[in-house]
Amino acid sequence: MPASLLVAPVRLAAAAAAVALSFGGLAQAQTELVIATVNNGHMIEMQKLGKHFEQANPDIKLKWVTLEEGVLRQRVTTDIATKGGQFDVMTIGLYEAPIWSKKGWLQELKTDAAYDVDDLLPAVRSGLSMDGKLFAAPFYAESSMLMYRKDLADKAGVQVPERPTWPQIKDLASKIHDPKNGVYGICLRGKPGWGDNMAFITTLVNTFGGQWFDMQWKPQLESKPWKEAVSFYVDLLKNYGPPGSSANSFNEILALTNSGKCGMWVDATIAASFVSDPKQSKVAAQMAFAQAPTMNTPKGANWLWSWNLAIPAGSKKVAAAQKFISWSTSKDYIQLVAKTNGWANVPTGTRKSTYANPEFQKAARFAAAEKTAIDSANPTDSTLPKSPYVGVQFAAIPEFQAIGIAVGQQMSSALAGRTTVDAALKAGQVTADREMRKGGYYK
Amino acid sequence: MKRLIPRLLLAPAIGTLFLWMIVPLGMTIYFSLIRYNLMQPDQTGFAGLENFEFFVTDPSFGAAVVNTLLLLGSVILVTVVLGVAIALLIHEPFPGRGIVRVLLISPFFVMPTVNALLWKNMMMNPIYGVLAQVWIFFGAQPVDWLTDHPLFSVIVMVAWQWLPFATLIFMTALQSMDTEQLEAARMDGATYLQQLRYLYLPHLGRSIAVVVMIEMIFLLGVFAEIYTTTAGGPGDASTNVTFLIFKQALLNFDAGVASAGALFAVVLANVASLFLIRLVGKNLDK
Repeated sequence: MPASLLVAPVRLAAAAAAVALSFGGLAQAQTELVIATVNNGHMIEMQKLGKHFEQANPDIKLKWVTLEEGVLRQRVTTDIATKGGQFDVMTIGLYEAPIWSKKGWLQELKTDAAYDVDDLLPAVRSGLSMDGKLFAAPFYAESSMLMYRKDLADKAGVQVPERPTWPQIKDLASKIHDPKNGVYGICLRGKPGWGDNMAFITTLVNTFGGQWFDMQWKPQLESKPWKEAVSFYVDLLKNYGPPGSSANSFNEILALTNSGKCGMWVDATIAASFVSDPKQSKVAAQMAFAQAPTMNTPKGANWLWSWNLAIPAGSKKVAAAQKFISWSTSKDYIQLVAKTNGWANVPTGTRKSTYANPEFQKAARFAAAEKTAIDSANPTDSTLPKSPYVGVQFAAIPEFQAIGIAVGQQMSSALAGRTTVDAALKAGQVTADREMRKGGYYK
Repeated sequence: MKRLIPRLLLAPAIGTLFLWMIVPLGMTIYFSLIRYNLMQPDQTGFAGLENFEFFVTDPSFGAAVVNTLLLLGSVILVTVVLGVAIALLIHEPFPGRGIVRVLLISPFFVMPTVNALLWKNMMMNPIYGVLAQVWIFFGAQPVDWLTDHPLFSVIVMVAWQWLPFATLIFMTALQSMDTEQLEAARMDGATYLQQLRYLYLPHLGRSIAVVVMIEMIFLLGVFAEIYTTTAGGPGDASTNVTFLIFKQALLNFDAGVASAGALFAVVLANVASLFLIRLVGKNLDK
């Protein structure tokens, strides 16, 4: 056997060993970031575009845990509360951000000049900051607004103003309500849950001049604004709403609106892109947009919600996580989405520069209304009387989830006519009081 | 010595099973006695029976217990009665029996969440649901099922899911009926009702007991149907104990109170099975 033939396999083995070694070395240098996020369209897109980030940062590898909203909240909360350390980057809501940063559970975000932190919309930025420090970066944000059928309003001879009042809405609802032909005056959320019916009802109570807690943290559910607002809501839906309202939330009403059954709808701005999409909506061309209706005060009439990226305090990969968050919430990222998917699909609600972009304005015809709505929301000053809590359609305290859910159940009960508004509010007050005592806010 | 070796060899298996059972139970008991709210990590320490007190004095508690028992009782009743009826109907051969049987059994393979969404959106929706269309066809005002009869709606969904299970068991049981005895009864001039009373039902007794027992175990934990359709509402009209525990554990993040609730559910299940074992045991002894 010639010597060269013997050498070949030896060389091959050596080469293989060298390759294996270098890969091993690479794997050691590489940081793996575990990112927990929601299964919304914008986040799925981020996951796809993540390869651009990995190419630019070969030492960082991204690992995604994509979950449904409720499950994500449960996983992320249990992880951070028990210091589990499963995730390096977490997607958290505007509700969690202030609570967690106050508890010291989140790492402060440090951004460079290129990130242009002043470009962030002030309402969102203030909701994510504590003592002027940023603890989470907004990925996309939304507010609430009025969506209505222009054709029906025209037929009724009503001009809907830029910012209507609730009595005007009620009047219009009575004119276009036509259940015989399958058109209902107004559709609003009724399914119990702090993020379901209570999100809407809280904005309604805000604009009637109410609040969740007074400065002594006493629940205010039996106050005059609550009674008026909830009575108005129950009355409005009973007379001009679709049947089955107490089981309807965002998705159910979206289906009704898209099939042309809702004359008006006050809900998240994200819905605007769905109801005005001819592929999904039978009435896409007829839809028009205005600000959420007001009553005694415009304060707190539009809600504010954002999904944000944050780093848990105990993380050992802070530098890499910072890098990733700066990338995915940057102007460049928005440009990247626009280049790959078009301007109509960029994550909105976070940056002034997005709204200033003429191409975006052209692609999204609800953009102006959405920007106005987000700008008008102020989480630190959303109620007519002074409130001790942060948040527009929620109070950012740990006890709020339990209270919101319990009160939401009572509201749906009142809406279904199983109890009176007064009795429902009284029961809600008792529960809220119980939770606040349990939480040690007062004796 | 002779007994020691087999015992030693069995020990790992038994030990594992014991741990399997005792560790979760022990942890639940431990959590139920401490202050443990994920959102309030600064509040810790021994809580005594406070968690139990909070769970039992929850305004939804009474309604949840009543609803759990109502749900359990009605679904079992409906599935057993209709299950026996359907099994008897399709017992005799007829053309296409195979297809009919497959169709009858298929609801059992629909996932609970899908089942709930199907009923909620396609059947019971008061605007575009099938039932509403039927009501409108007859000129009636459509029923708003989930608002006006929430618990009844959940019972319908769960019963629809579990009826095939009961039917399947009864169908198989009927296969082993003694045909000669039946024939003899017919020759003696026994009416169908008499055959039912003295031949079919006694024969099915054992399988009825089995169906009741299995369904009871699974139905105590009905959750998906409630979560996806009514979220326990309106008010507490469709909240059961499982949903209440879920609310405490994963919506309020109060592991302490939820553990107390879980222990209560264990007690409830044991009380229910005590009755059942008496009942079923008698039946099986025969």
